[in-house]
Amino acid sequence: MNLAVQLPGLTLKNPVMPASGCFGFGKEYSEFYDLNTLGAIIVKAATGEARYGNPTPRVAETSSGMLNAIGLQNPGVEKIITDELPFLRPFDTPVIANVAGSTVEEYVHVATTLNKSQDIAALELNISCPNVKEGGVQFGTNPELAKEVTYKVKEASNFPVYVKLSPNVSNITTMAKAVVDVGADGLSMINTLTGMQINLKKRAPIIANKTGGLSGPAIKPIAIRMIYEVRQALDVPIIGMGGITTAEDVVEFLLAGANAVAVGTANFQNPYACPEIIEQLPQVLSEYGFSSVADAIGKGHVHE
Amino acid sequence: MITKKRLEIISHLQIAEATFEVTVKSDFAAELKPGQFVHILVPGHMLRRPISIANVDREQKTFTMIFKIFGEGTKKLSECRSGDYLDIILPCGSHYPIEELELEHALLVGGGIGVPPLYYLGQQLKEKGVKVTSVLGFQGKSHVFYEEKFQQLGDTYIATNDGTYGKKGFVTDIIKELDQPMDYYFSCGPTPMLQAVTTLLANEKGYISLEERMGCGVGTCYACVVPLKNDPTKNKKICKDGPVFYANEVLLG
Repeated sequence: MNLAVQLPGLTLKNPVMPASGCFGFGKEYSEFYDLNTLGAIIVKAATGEARYGNPTPRVAETSSGMLNAIGLQNPGVEKIITDELPFLRPFDTPVIANVAGSTVEEYVHVATTLNKSQDIAALELNISCPNVKEGGVQFGTNPELAKEVTYKVKEASNFPVYVKLSPNVSNITTMAKAVVDVGADGLSMINTLTGMQINLKKRAPIIANKTGGLSGPAIKPIAIRMIYEVRQALDVPIIGMGGITTAEDVVEFLLAGANAVAVGTANFQNPYACPEIIEQLPQVLSEYGFSSVADAIGKGHVHE
Repeated sequence: MITKKRLEIISHLQIAEATFEVTVKSDFAAELKPGQFVHILVPGHMLRRPISIANVDREQKTFTMIFKIFGEGTKKLSECRSGDYLDIILPCGSHYPIEELELEHALLVGGGIGVPPLYYLGQQLKEKGVKVTSVLGFQGKSHVFYEEKFQQLGDTYIATNDGTYGKKGFVTDIIKELDQPMDYYFSCGPTPMLQAVTTLLANEKGYISLEERMGCGVGTCYACVVPLKNDPTKNKKICKDGPVFYANEVLLG
Protein backbone atom coordinates (compact mmCIF):
# COMPACT_ATOMS: atom_id res chain seq x y z
CA MET A 1 0.00 0.00 0.00
CA ASN A 2 1.18 3.51 -0.80
CA LEU A 3 1.76 5.36 2.46
CA ALA A 4 3.78 8.18 0.88
CA VAL A 5 2.81 11.81 1.35
CA GLN A 6 4.24 14.83 -0.44
CA LEU A 7 4.12 18.11 1.50
CA PRO A 8 5.96 21.39 0.94
CA GLY A 9 9.65 20.56 1.43
CA LEU A 10 8.85 17.09 2.74
CA THR A 11 8.80 13.80 0.89
CA LEU A 12 7.44 11.39 3.48
CA LYS A 13 7.57 7.62 3.01
CA ASN A 14 4.73 7.40 5.47
CA PRO A 15 2.67 10.05 7.28
CA VAL A 16 3.83 9.29 10.85
CA MET A 17 6.42 11.34 12.74
CA PRO A 18 7.24 11.89 16.40
CA ALA A 19 6.05 15.25 17.75
CA SER A 20 8.35 17.99 18.97
CA GLY A 21 9.36 17.71 22.61
CA CYS A 22 8.49 14.03 22.79
CA PHE A 23 11.54 12.66 20.99
CA GLY A 24 14.47 14.83 22.08
CA PHE A 25 16.86 14.98 19.12
CA GLY A 26 16.39 11.32 18.23
CA LYS A 27 19.37 9.68 19.97
CA GLU A 28 17.50 7.99 22.79
CA TYR A 29 14.81 6.35 20.63
CA SER A 30 17.42 5.28 18.07
CA GLU A 31 18.50 2.78 20.75
CA PHE A 32 15.04 1.19 20.50
CA TYR A 33 14.57 1.07 16.70
CA ASP A 34 15.79 2.19 13.29
CA LEU A 35 14.81 5.84 12.77
CA ASN A 36 14.64 5.17 9.01
CA THR A 37 11.18 3.69 9.62
CA LEU A 38 9.77 7.13 10.51
CA GLY A 39 8.04 9.41 8.01
CA ALA A 40 9.89 12.41 9.49
CA ILE A 41 11.20 13.60 12.85
CA ILE A 42 10.20 16.84 14.56
CA VAL A 43 12.98 17.65 17.02
CA LYS A 44 12.80 19.54 20.30
CA ALA A 45 12.28 23.32 20.25
CA ALA A 46 15.21 25.65 19.63
CA THR A 47 15.51 29.13 21.13
CA GLY A 48 18.15 31.81 20.53
CA GLU A 49 20.13 31.05 23.69
CA ALA A 50 20.25 27.99 25.94
CA ARG A 51 17.27 27.71 28.27
CA TYR A 52 17.23 25.95 31.62
CA GLY A 53 13.47 25.39 31.58
CA ASN A 54 11.07 25.36 34.52
CA PRO A 55 11.58 24.05 38.06
CA THR A 56 10.48 20.46 38.83
CA PRO A 57 8.05 18.74 39.04
CA ARG A 58 7.51 19.36 35.35
CA VAL A 59 4.96 16.61 34.63
CA ALA A 60 1.79 15.18 36.15
CA GLU A 61 -0.42 12.34 35.08
CA THR A 62 -4.10 12.99 34.30
CA SER A 63 -7.03 10.87 33.14
CA SER A 64 -6.03 9.65 29.67
CA GLY A 65 -3.25 12.19 29.42
CA MET A 66 -0.54 14.19 31.09
CA LEU A 67 0.37 17.76 31.93
CA ASN A 68 3.83 19.07 31.18
CA ALA A 69 5.61 22.34 31.82
CA ILE A 70 9.16 21.69 30.66
CA GLY A 71 9.67 25.33 29.74
CA LEU A 72 11.50 24.94 26.41
CA GLN A 73 14.72 23.59 27.93
CA ASN A 74 17.23 23.38 25.08
CA PRO A 75 20.92 24.10 24.48
CA GLY A 76 20.24 27.02 22.09
CA VAL A 77 19.99 27.00 18.31
CA GLU A 78 23.75 27.14 17.61
CA LYS A 79 24.49 24.06 19.74
CA ILE A 80 21.49 22.25 18.27
CA ILE A 81 22.91 22.81 14.78
CA THR A 82 26.44 21.73 15.68
CA ASP A 83 25.91 19.09 18.41
CA GLU A 84 22.45 17.56 17.94
CA LEU A 85 21.23 17.64 14.34
CA PRO A 86 24.27 15.95 12.69
CA PHE A 87 23.34 12.71 14.48
CA LEU A 88 20.22 12.50 12.31
CA ARG A 89 22.08 13.07 9.02
CA PRO A 90 22.66 9.36 8.15
CA PHE A 91 18.96 8.55 8.36
CA ASP A 92 16.75 8.64 5.31
CA THR A 93 14.16 10.63 7.27
CA PRO A 94 13.49 14.36 6.88
CA VAL A 95 13.99 16.46 10.01
CA ILE A 96 11.73 19.34 10.99
CA ALA A 97 13.23 21.90 13.37
CA ASN A 98 10.92 23.49 15.95
CA VAL A 99 11.48 27.26 16.29
CA ALA A 100 10.57 29.02 19.55
CA GLY A 101 11.22 32.43 21.09
CA SER A 102 10.09 35.24 23.37
CA THR A 103 10.14 38.04 20.82
CA VAL A 104 9.70 38.34 17.06
CA GLU A 105 13.43 39.11 16.90
CA GLU A 106 14.31 35.86 18.67
CA TYR A 107 12.10 33.80 16.34
CA VAL A 108 13.73 35.48 13.33
CA HIS A 109 17.20 34.93 14.80
CA VAL A 110 16.52 31.21 15.34
CA ALA A 111 15.05 30.80 11.84
CA THR A 112 17.94 32.69 10.23
CA THR A 113 20.53 30.67 12.16
CA LEU A 114 18.86 27.41 11.07
CA ASN A 115 19.42 28.41 7.43
CA LYS A 116 22.99 27.18 7.80
CA SER A 117 21.94 23.68 8.87
CA GLN A 118 22.20 21.01 6.21
CA ASP A 119 20.26 18.56 8.37
CA ILE A 120 16.72 19.94 8.26
CA ALA A 121 13.98 20.03 5.63
CA ALA A 122 11.39 22.35 7.18
CA LEU A 123 10.56 24.51 10.19
CA GLU A 124 7.74 24.13 12.66
CA LEU A 125 7.03 27.58 14.04
CA ASN A 126 6.10 27.13 17.69
CA ILE A 127 3.76 30.00 18.55
CA SER A 128 1.86 27.87 21.01
CA CYS A 129 4.04 26.80 23.93
CA PRO A 130 1.87 27.47 27.00
CA ASN A 131 4.65 26.98 29.50
CA VAL A 132 6.94 29.98 29.30
CA LYS A 133 6.16 33.35 30.84
CA GLU A 134 7.63 35.41 28.05
CA GLY A 135 6.41 34.70 24.60
CA GLY A 136 5.29 31.59 22.91
CA VAL A 137 1.62 31.39 23.44
CA GLN A 138 0.63 35.05 23.09
CA PHE A 139 1.79 34.79 19.50
CA GLY A 140 -0.52 31.83 19.11
CA THR A 141 -3.62 33.41 20.61
CA ASN A 142 -3.50 36.83 18.94
CA PRO A 143 -4.03 36.73 15.14
CA GLU A 144 -2.16 39.98 14.53
CA LEU A 145 0.94 38.78 16.44
CA ALA A 146 0.71 35.38 14.76
CA LYS A 147 0.66 37.09 11.38
CA GLU A 148 3.65 39.26 12.19
CA VAL A 149 5.88 36.46 13.47
CA THR A 150 4.89 34.12 10.63
CA TYR A 151 5.54 36.76 7.98
CA LYS A 152 8.95 37.66 9.39
CA VAL A 153 10.05 34.04 9.85
CA LYS A 154 8.89 33.19 6.31
CA GLU A 155 10.90 36.15 5.06
CA ALA A 156 14.01 35.04 6.99
CA SER A 157 13.93 31.31 6.33
CA ASN A 158 15.06 29.24 3.36
CA PHE A 159 12.78 26.39 4.49
CA PRO A 160 9.04 25.74 4.27
CA VAL A 161 7.33 26.92 7.47
CA TYR A 162 4.61 24.93 9.25
CA VAL A 163 2.97 27.04 11.95
CA LYS A 164 2.06 25.09 15.09
CA LEU A 165 -1.29 26.38 16.31
CA SER A 166 -2.47 26.66 19.88
CA PRO A 167 -5.85 25.16 20.77
CA ASN A 168 -6.21 27.74 23.56
CA VAL A 169 -8.28 30.02 21.32
CA SER A 170 -12.00 30.47 20.75
CA ASN A 171 -11.76 30.38 16.96
CA ILE A 172 -9.05 28.17 15.46
CA THR A 173 -9.98 29.03 11.88
CA THR A 174 -9.26 32.72 12.45
CA MET A 175 -5.75 31.82 13.62
CA ALA A 176 -5.20 29.42 10.74
CA LYS A 177 -6.34 31.98 8.16
CA ALA A 178 -4.15 34.66 9.73
CA VAL A 179 -0.93 32.67 9.28
CA VAL A 180 -1.83 31.19 5.89
CA ASP A 181 -2.62 34.71 4.62
CA VAL A 182 0.99 35.76 5.20
CA GLY A 183 2.55 32.71 3.60
CA ALA A 184 2.62 29.78 6.04
CA ASP A 185 3.37 26.69 3.94
CA GLY A 186 1.41 24.46 6.27
CA LEU A 187 -0.10 24.07 9.72
CA SER A 188 0.78 21.81 12.58
CA MET A 189 -2.05 21.30 15.03
CA ILE A 190 -2.70 21.07 17.87
CA ASN A 191 -0.29 22.00 20.65
CA THR A 192 -1.27 21.24 24.26
CA LEU A 193 -4.22 22.73 26.16
CA THR A 194 -3.45 24.69 29.32
CA GLY A 195 -4.44 22.77 32.42
CA MET A 196 -3.78 22.32 36.13
CA GLN A 197 -3.88 19.53 38.67
CA ILE A 198 -3.92 20.06 42.44
CA ASN A 199 -2.44 17.63 44.98
CA LEU A 200 -5.04 17.14 47.72
CA LYS A 201 -2.54 16.35 50.48
CA LYS A 202 -0.25 19.27 49.69
CA ARG A 203 -3.10 21.64 48.75
CA ALA A 204 -1.01 22.94 45.87
CA PRO A 205 -0.65 22.43 42.13
CA ILE A 206 1.46 19.35 41.35
CA ILE A 207 3.47 21.08 38.63
CA ALA A 208 5.94 23.68 39.91
CA ASN A 209 4.92 26.05 37.10
CA LYS A 210 1.34 25.59 38.43
CA THR A 211 -0.12 25.22 34.92
CA GLY A 212 0.98 22.81 32.26
CA GLY A 213 0.06 21.69 28.76
CA LEU A 214 -2.42 18.82 28.56
CA SER A 215 -1.59 16.15 25.99
CA GLY A 216 -2.51 12.55 25.30
CA PRO A 217 -5.74 10.79 24.28
CA ALA A 218 -7.73 13.21 26.47
CA ILE A 219 -7.28 15.96 23.86
CA LYS A 220 -7.82 13.89 20.70
CA PRO A 221 -11.46 14.90 20.10
CA ILE A 222 -10.44 18.57 20.35
CA ALA A 223 -7.66 18.07 17.81
CA ILE A 224 -10.01 16.22 15.44
CA ARG A 225 -12.64 18.98 15.71
CA MET A 226 -10.11 21.76 15.11
CA ILE A 227 -8.51 20.04 12.10
CA TYR A 228 -11.98 19.38 10.69
CA GLU A 229 -12.93 23.06 11.03
CA VAL A 230 -9.71 24.34 9.49
CA ARG A 231 -9.92 21.82 6.64
CA GLN A 232 -13.42 23.09 5.82
CA ALA A 233 -12.15 26.65 5.61
CA LEU A 234 -8.72 26.25 4.01
CA ASP A 235 -6.83 24.21 1.46
CA VAL A 236 -3.52 24.01 3.30
CA PRO A 237 -1.25 21.10 4.30
CA ILE A 238 -1.91 20.04 7.90
CA ILE A 239 0.27 17.91 10.17
CA GLY A 240 -2.25 16.67 12.75
CA MET A 241 -1.47 15.74 16.34
CA GLY A 242 -3.13 15.35 19.72
CA GLY A 243 -3.42 12.05 21.53
CA ILE A 244 -2.61 9.64 18.70
CA THR A 245 -1.74 6.17 20.02
CA THR A 246 -3.00 3.77 17.33
CA ALA A 247 -3.19 3.38 13.54
CA GLU A 248 -6.97 3.84 13.87
CA ASP A 249 -6.29 7.26 15.41
CA VAL A 250 -4.10 8.11 12.41
CA VAL A 251 -6.93 7.25 10.01
CA GLU A 252 -9.31 9.41 12.05
CA PHE A 253 -6.91 12.38 11.72
CA LEU A 254 -6.63 11.75 7.96
CA LEU A 255 -10.42 11.68 7.68
CA ALA A 256 -10.64 14.99 9.56
CA GLY A 257 -8.30 16.50 6.98
CA ALA A 258 -4.74 16.03 8.20
CA ASN A 259 -2.15 15.22 5.49
CA ALA A 260 0.30 13.71 7.95
CA VAL A 261 0.37 13.13 11.70
CA ALA A 262 2.66 13.46 14.70
CA VAL A 263 2.74 11.14 17.71
CA GLY A 264 3.66 12.73 21.02
CA THR A 265 2.78 11.47 24.49
CA ALA A 266 2.30 7.89 23.23
CA ASN A 267 6.10 7.63 22.83
CA PHE A 268 6.49 7.87 26.61
CA GLN A 269 4.04 5.06 27.25
CA ASN A 270 5.40 2.91 24.45
CA PRO A 271 8.82 3.73 22.99
CA TYR A 272 7.85 1.65 19.93
CA ALA A 273 4.60 3.63 19.38
CA CYS A 274 5.67 5.18 16.04
CA PRO A 275 7.04 2.04 14.32
CA GLU A 276 4.11 -0.04 15.57
CA ILE A 277 1.58 2.48 14.22
CA ILE A 278 3.41 2.62 10.88
CA GLU A 279 3.44 -1.17 10.65
CA GLN A 280 -0.30 -1.43 11.33
CA LEU A 281 -1.38 1.49 9.16
CA PRO A 282 -1.73 -0.35 5.79
CA GLN A 283 -3.96 -3.00 7.31
CA VAL A 284 -6.15 -0.46 9.10
CA LEU A 285 -6.45 1.74 5.99
CA SER A 286 -7.51 -1.23 3.92
CA GLU A 287 -9.90 -2.43 6.61
CA TYR A 288 -11.77 0.86 6.21
CA GLY A 289 -11.70 0.73 2.42
CA PHE A 290 -8.78 3.02 1.57
CA SER A 291 -6.13 2.14 -0.97
CA SER A 292 -3.55 4.71 0.16
CA VAL A 293 -2.94 7.44 2.72
CA ALA A 294 -3.81 10.09 0.13
CA ASP A 295 -7.12 8.32 -0.49
CA ALA A 296 -8.23 8.88 3.13
CA ILE A 297 -7.33 12.55 3.56
CA GLY A 298 -10.40 14.69 4.21
CA LYS A 299 -12.83 11.84 3.60
CA GLY A 300 -14.50 12.33 6.96
CA HIS A 301 -16.22 15.49 5.80
CA VAL A 302 -19.95 15.24 5.38
CA HIS A 303 -21.23 17.49 2.64
CA GLU A 304 -24.64 18.89 3.32
CA MET B 1 20.94 -2.16 25.26
CA ILE B 2 17.70 -0.55 26.41
CA THR B 3 14.51 -2.35 25.42
CA LYS B 4 10.88 -2.99 26.39
CA LYS B 5 9.72 -6.44 27.47
CA ARG B 6 6.68 -8.20 28.91
CA LEU B 7 8.01 -9.96 31.99
CA GLU B 8 6.29 -12.55 34.16
CA ILE B 9 5.90 -11.97 37.87
CA ILE B 10 7.14 -15.04 39.72
CA SER B 11 6.80 -13.67 43.25
CA HIS B 12 4.74 -10.84 44.72
CA LEU B 13 4.92 -10.25 48.48
CA GLN B 14 4.01 -7.55 50.96
CA ILE B 15 7.12 -7.12 53.11
CA ALA B 16 6.19 -4.09 55.26
CA GLU B 17 3.44 -1.51 55.63
CA ALA B 18 2.30 -0.54 52.09
CA THR B 19 5.61 -1.96 50.82
CA PHE B 20 5.79 -4.69 48.17
CA GLU B 21 8.52 -6.91 46.78
CA VAL B 22 8.00 -8.09 43.20
CA THR B 23 10.30 -10.51 41.37
CA VAL B 24 10.11 -10.98 37.59
CA LYS B 25 11.80 -13.32 35.15
CA SER B 26 14.06 -11.69 32.55
CA ASP B 27 16.89 -12.78 30.26
CA PHE B 28 18.28 -9.29 30.81
CA ALA B 29 18.56 -9.67 34.59
CA ALA B 30 22.33 -10.18 34.53
CA GLU B 31 22.82 -6.91 32.65
CA LEU B 32 21.16 -4.80 35.36
CA LYS B 33 23.61 -2.85 37.49
CA PRO B 34 23.15 -1.54 41.04
CA GLY B 35 21.53 1.91 41.04
CA GLN B 36 19.69 1.43 37.74
CA PHE B 37 15.91 1.41 37.55
CA VAL B 38 13.19 -0.03 35.34
CA HIS B 39 10.18 1.89 33.95
CA ILE B 40 6.91 0.02 34.43
CA LEU B 41 3.64 0.46 32.54
CA VAL B 42 0.64 0.44 34.84
CA PRO B 43 -2.48 -0.62 32.93
CA GLY B 44 -4.87 2.30 32.52
CA HIS B 45 -2.18 4.89 33.27
CA MET B 46 -0.52 7.28 30.85
CA LEU B 47 2.87 7.54 32.53
CA ARG B 48 5.11 4.68 33.54
CA ARG B 49 6.42 4.31 37.10
CA PRO B 50 10.19 4.24 37.67
CA ILE B 51 11.20 1.59 40.23
CA SER B 52 14.72 0.76 41.33
CA ILE B 53 16.28 -2.67 41.24
CA ALA B 54 16.63 -4.25 44.69
CA ASN B 55 18.25 -7.53 43.73
CA VAL B 56 19.30 -9.69 40.78
CA ASP B 57 19.58 -13.47 40.63
CA ARG B 58 21.83 -14.12 37.64
CA GLU B 59 21.44 -17.89 37.72
CA GLN B 60 17.66 -17.86 37.98
CA LYS B 61 17.52 -14.92 35.53
CA THR B 62 15.24 -12.89 37.78
CA PHE B 63 15.31 -9.45 39.32
CA THR B 64 13.49 -7.98 42.27
CA MET B 65 11.90 -4.56 42.79
CA ILE B 66 10.57 -3.03 45.98
CA PHE B 67 8.03 -0.21 45.95
CA LYS B 68 5.67 1.54 48.29
CA ILE B 69 2.11 2.65 47.57
CA PHE B 70 2.23 6.40 46.98
CA GLY B 71 -0.73 6.87 44.66
CA GLU B 72 -3.07 5.23 42.18
CA GLY B 73 -0.31 3.76 39.99
CA THR B 74 1.67 2.04 42.72
CA LYS B 75 -1.61 0.89 44.31
CA LYS B 76 -2.50 -0.87 41.07
CA LEU B 77 0.98 -2.42 40.90
CA SER B 78 0.51 -3.70 44.45
CA GLU B 79 -2.58 -5.59 43.26
CA CYS B 80 -0.65 -7.64 40.66
CA ARG B 81 -0.13 -11.34 41.36
CA SER B 82 2.34 -14.09 40.47
CA GLY B 83 1.76 -15.18 36.88
CA ASP B 84 0.75 -11.68 35.74
CA TYR B 85 2.93 -9.92 33.18
CA LEU B 86 4.39 -6.42 33.48
CA ASP B 87 5.40 -4.23 30.52
CA ILE B 88 8.86 -2.96 31.51
CA ILE B 89 11.49 -0.70 29.89
CA LEU B 90 14.98 -1.75 31.03
CA PRO B 91 17.70 -1.10 31.94
CA CYS B 92 17.31 2.63 32.67
CA GLY B 93 19.80 5.20 33.91
CA SER B 94 23.27 5.25 35.42
CA HIS B 95 24.64 2.94 38.12
CA TYR B 96 26.92 3.14 41.14
CA PRO B 97 30.30 2.91 39.36
CA ILE B 98 31.86 0.46 41.82
CA GLU B 99 33.94 -1.25 39.13
CA GLU B 100 35.98 1.97 38.83
CA LEU B 101 36.41 2.60 42.55
CA GLU B 102 39.26 1.62 44.87
CA LEU B 103 37.56 0.83 48.12
CA GLU B 104 37.89 -1.35 51.17
CA HIS B 105 35.08 0.02 53.30
CA ALA B 106 31.73 1.35 52.08
CA LEU B 107 28.96 3.05 54.02
CA LEU B 108 25.42 2.51 52.71
CA VAL B 109 22.83 5.10 53.80
CA GLY B 110 19.24 4.45 52.80
CA GLY B 111 15.93 6.03 53.71
CA GLY B 112 12.51 4.39 53.18
CA ILE B 113 11.99 3.41 49.59
CA GLY B 114 15.59 4.49 48.91
CA VAL B 115 16.79 1.39 50.75
CA PRO B 116 16.16 -1.23 47.99
CA PRO B 117 18.84 -0.25 45.43
CA LEU B 118 21.44 -0.28 48.22
CA TYR B 119 20.76 -3.96 48.86
CA TYR B 120 21.79 -4.98 45.35
CA LEU B 121 24.77 -2.60 45.61
CA GLY B 122 25.76 -4.05 49.00
CA GLN B 123 25.73 -7.58 47.61
CA GLN B 124 28.03 -6.62 44.76
CA LEU B 125 30.35 -4.78 47.14
CA LYS B 126 30.50 -7.81 49.42
CA GLU B 127 31.33 -10.04 46.43
CA LYS B 128 34.26 -7.70 45.72
CA GLY B 129 35.46 -8.18 49.29
CA VAL B 130 34.46 -4.70 50.44
CA LYS B 131 33.48 -4.25 54.10
CA VAL B 132 29.93 -2.91 54.15
CA THR B 133 28.26 -0.90 56.93
CA SER B 134 24.59 -0.01 56.47
CA VAL B 135 22.54 2.75 58.08
CA LEU B 136 18.85 2.52 57.22
CA GLY B 137 16.05 4.91 58.13
CA PHE B 138 12.31 4.22 58.17
CA GLN B 139 9.16 6.02 59.32
CA GLY B 140 8.42 3.47 62.05
CA LYS B 141 8.62 -0.20 63.00
CA SER B 142 5.88 -1.34 60.58
CA HIS B 143 7.82 0.15 57.64
CA VAL B 144 11.12 -1.64 58.31
CA PHE B 145 12.19 -4.25 55.74
CA TYR B 146 15.30 -6.20 54.71
CA GLU B 147 17.08 -5.67 58.07
CA GLU B 148 18.25 -9.30 58.23
CA LYS B 149 19.37 -9.25 54.61
CA PHE B 150 21.51 -6.17 55.24
CA GLN B 151 22.92 -7.78 58.41
CA GLN B 152 24.28 -10.56 56.21
CA LEU B 153 26.27 -7.93 54.31
CA GLY B 154 27.78 -6.33 57.41
CA ASP B 155 27.00 -4.15 60.44
CA THR B 156 23.52 -2.68 60.08
CA TYR B 157 21.93 0.15 62.07
CA ILE B 158 18.26 1.18 61.92
CA ALA B 159 16.74 4.55 62.74
CA THR B 160 13.00 5.29 62.85
CA ASN B 161 11.40 8.73 62.86
CA ASP B 162 8.98 7.80 65.64
CA GLY B 163 11.42 5.70 67.67
CA THR B 164 9.27 2.53 67.46
CA TYR B 165 12.31 0.55 66.27
CA GLY B 166 16.07 0.98 66.40
CA LYS B 167 17.33 4.44 67.25
CA LYS B 168 14.80 7.29 67.38
CA GLY B 169 15.79 9.94 64.90
CA PHE B 170 17.44 10.16 61.51
CA VAL B 171 20.15 8.22 59.71
CA THR B 172 22.48 11.17 60.28
CA ASP B 173 22.12 10.72 64.07
CA ILE B 174 23.58 7.23 63.67
CA ILE B 175 26.29 8.25 61.19
CA LYS B 176 27.54 10.92 63.66
CA GLU B 177 28.16 8.20 66.24
CA LEU B 178 29.81 5.73 63.86
CA ASP B 179 33.51 5.57 64.46
CA GLN B 180 34.58 3.76 61.33
CA PRO B 181 36.65 4.79 58.36
CA MET B 182 35.03 4.78 54.94
CA ASP B 183 36.38 5.13 51.43
CA TYR B 184 33.04 5.95 49.86
CA TYR B 185 29.45 6.35 50.97
CA PHE B 186 26.44 5.43 48.81
CA SER B 187 23.08 6.95 49.61
CA CYS B 188 19.52 6.82 48.34
CA GLY B 189 16.37 8.24 49.89
CA PRO B 190 14.13 11.29 50.09
CA THR B 191 15.76 14.59 49.10
CA PRO B 192 15.79 16.08 52.65
CA MET B 193 17.67 12.99 53.84
CA LEU B 194 20.14 13.24 50.96
CA GLN B 195 20.70 16.90 51.80
CA ALA B 196 21.41 16.05 55.43
CA VAL B 197 23.68 13.13 54.51
CA THR B 198 25.71 14.99 51.88
CA THR B 199 26.11 17.96 54.25
CA LEU B 200 27.24 15.76 57.15
CA LEU B 201 29.60 13.79 54.92
CA ALA B 202 30.80 16.79 52.91
CA ASN B 203 34.43 15.76 53.41
CA GLU B 204 33.87 12.19 52.26
CA LYS B 205 33.60 10.81 48.75
CA GLY B 206 30.19 9.47 47.87
CA TYR B 207 27.46 8.76 45.37
CA ILE B 208 23.77 9.52 45.71
CA SER B 209 20.71 8.36 43.82
CA LEU B 210 17.78 10.72 43.12
CA GLU B 211 14.11 10.32 42.33
CA GLU B 212 11.67 12.64 40.56
CA ARG B 213 8.40 12.49 38.64
CA MET B 214 9.39 11.19 35.22
CA GLY B 215 7.90 11.36 31.77
CA CYS B 216 9.63 9.18 29.20
CA GLY B 217 12.25 7.71 31.58
CA VAL B 218 14.75 7.44 28.73
CA GLY B 219 16.09 11.00 28.37
CA THR B 220 13.93 12.64 25.73
CA CYS B 221 11.32 14.73 27.53
CA TYR B 222 13.43 16.71 30.04
CA ALA B 223 10.81 16.28 32.80
CA CYS B 224 13.17 15.05 35.53
CA VAL B 225 16.15 17.36 35.85
CA VAL B 226 18.46 18.42 38.67
CA PRO B 227 20.65 21.56 38.67
CA LEU B 228 24.42 21.24 38.80
CA LYS B 229 26.24 22.44 41.89
CA ASN B 230 29.07 24.22 40.06
CA ASP B 231 26.69 25.87 37.57
CA PRO B 232 23.02 25.95 38.63
CA THR B 233 22.04 27.46 35.26
CA LYS B 234 22.66 23.99 33.84
CA ASN B 235 20.98 20.73 34.73
CA LYS B 236 21.21 17.00 34.17
CA LYS B 237 18.49 14.46 33.44
CA ILE B 238 17.80 12.18 36.39
CA CYS B 239 16.49 9.35 34.18
CA LYS B 240 19.42 9.28 31.75
CA ASP B 241 22.46 11.03 33.29
CA GLY B 242 21.33 9.75 36.71
CA PRO B 243 19.69 8.54 38.85
CA VAL B 244 23.15 8.01 40.39
CA PHE B 245 25.31 11.14 40.67
CA TYR B 246 28.58 11.95 42.39
CA ALA B 247 27.52 13.49 45.71
CA ASN B 248 28.92 16.94 44.98
CA GLU B 249 27.76 17.08 41.38
CA VAL B 250 24.15 18.16 41.87
CA LEU B 251 22.22 20.78 43.84
CA LEU B 252 19.57 19.21 46.07
CA GLY B 253 16.27 20.72 47.16
